[in-house]
Amino acid sequence: MNLILEGIAWVLDPANWTGVGSIPQRLGEHLLITAIVLAIAAAIALPIGVLIGHTGRGRDLAVMLSGGLRALPTLGVLALFGLWLGIGLSAPILALVILAIPPLLAGAYAGFESVDRRTIDSARAVGMRERQIVGKVELPLGLPILVGGIRSATLQIIATATLAAYIADFGLGRFIFHGLKTRDYAEMLGGSMLVIILALVVDGCFALSQRLVVPAGVRATRSPELRSGPARPRAAVGQPSTEGNQE
Amino acid sequence: MSWLWSNLDLVGELILVHLALSVPAIILSFVVSVPIGWLAHRYRWSRGVLLSLCGLLYAIPSLALLIALPTVTGFSVLSPVNLVVALTLYGIAVIVRTSADAFDAVERDVRQSATAIGYSEVGRFWGVDLPLAGPVLLSGLRVVIVSTVSLATIGAVTGVQSLGSLFTDGLQRGIEAEIIAGIIATIGLALLLDWAAVLLGRVLMPWTAGGRTARRRLLVTGGSGQVESV
Repeated sequence: MNLILEGIAWVLDPANWTGVGSIPQRLGEHLLITAIVLAIAAAIALPIGVLIGHTGRGRDLAVMLSGGLRALPTLGVLALFGLWLGIGLSAPILALVILAIPPLLAGAYAGFESVDRRTIDSARAVGMRERQIVGKVELPLGLPILVGGIRSATLQIIATATLAAYIADFGLGRFIFHGLKTRDYAEMLGGSMLVIILALVVDGCFALSQRLVVPAGVRATRSPELRSGPARPRAAVGQPSTEGNQE
Repeated sequence: MSWLWSNLDLVGELILVHLALSVPAIILSFVVSVPIGWLAHRYRWSRGVLLSLCGLLYAIPSLALLIALPTVTGFSVLSPVNLVVALTLYGIAVIVRTSADAFDAVERDVRQSATAIGYSEVGRFWGVDLPLAGPVLLSGLRVVIVSTVSLATIGAVTGVQSLGSLFTDGLQRGIEAEIIAGIIATIGLALLLDWAAVLLGRVLMPWTAGGRTARRRLLVTGGSGQVESV
């Protein structure tokens, strides 16, 4: 318990809130890098993901990329880029962009693919153009999953940006590495607490927006019971016992 | 390349250390998350609570968790045990949702039939629910294997030896080949364990060996016949 109090005391210490390398500065850097990386990665990955989801072509590529890159150790990628590009921000930004692309691609692809084919056929049948189908049918319906992809990509960027303080002088991760170097547990714990709070707040915001982007029509018609519907048509012979599944 | 040939011993040793860190974490998280997933599947309230908790846990950046964990567990930041605990927690966060889905995927008809022919609740769990949830559980396990092996390298920055040490050492000494060797070894190890899990799945769940269409048919028609022999 003492350790936690020391960490909190470090975070609340006014000396850590002013000057060079203060908490507000590091927090700002962390958020700025996260925003820059997210913007670059989204500009690359989202159009490709949308294209794959809409046309259904190149699905294997999307699946392979998002699955295969999970195995890639982030620290190794950071170290490699750090070695190639030297000290500075370009190495972490490039590494972070590469690591953020798979979840974004998967989110866009999965979101567009989740749209019922019959809905898309209906849209085409009533005379919508491909562009309209993408913008007015697939995008609104797939948006919750797409935002989910952006959510996991953002969390990953925040986490990896913490680690990237190992190769560059920025972000909340500096407190952790400085604390590790000087054996100052209060500092590294305080830094960790800030990172955790940041991640949870961002996650909460995304969870909320993921709910808000569900189209009103979908929300209204969504059946109250999403899971454990009968797999096969049932004969209407009274209520079967719901044994095994509380509803 | 010359770096690799003169340091094969080191890489081999680190592969073993890496295995010793990640395999216990993978097994622990699987064993712990199956009952949690079942609980999440069983009741509606527990599903919301447990899955939200796992979501929060998964949102916590790994490095921060590694540093903050000792305040709860009492282990040192520098201790390998601390890393294993952190990896286990992440594994649980990843796999609980999948294992809840796995139990959801067991058809209600099958479950009711099992009860009808006299399975007790416990017997049905071991004899029907668990085997039928097996293929989806395996897919969750495979995700955990790959992410755990990759994540274990992060311990290197807090001083826990693993294949990640090749990254920190290679960066400090400016040896590109060392970092690349570390990346390849990590990915290779993940693929090897993944392959082992698939193989284990085939041995334990022989009815899934025939591919997807066969499995569908078995689940729908002959699933319980297979289950009895388990």
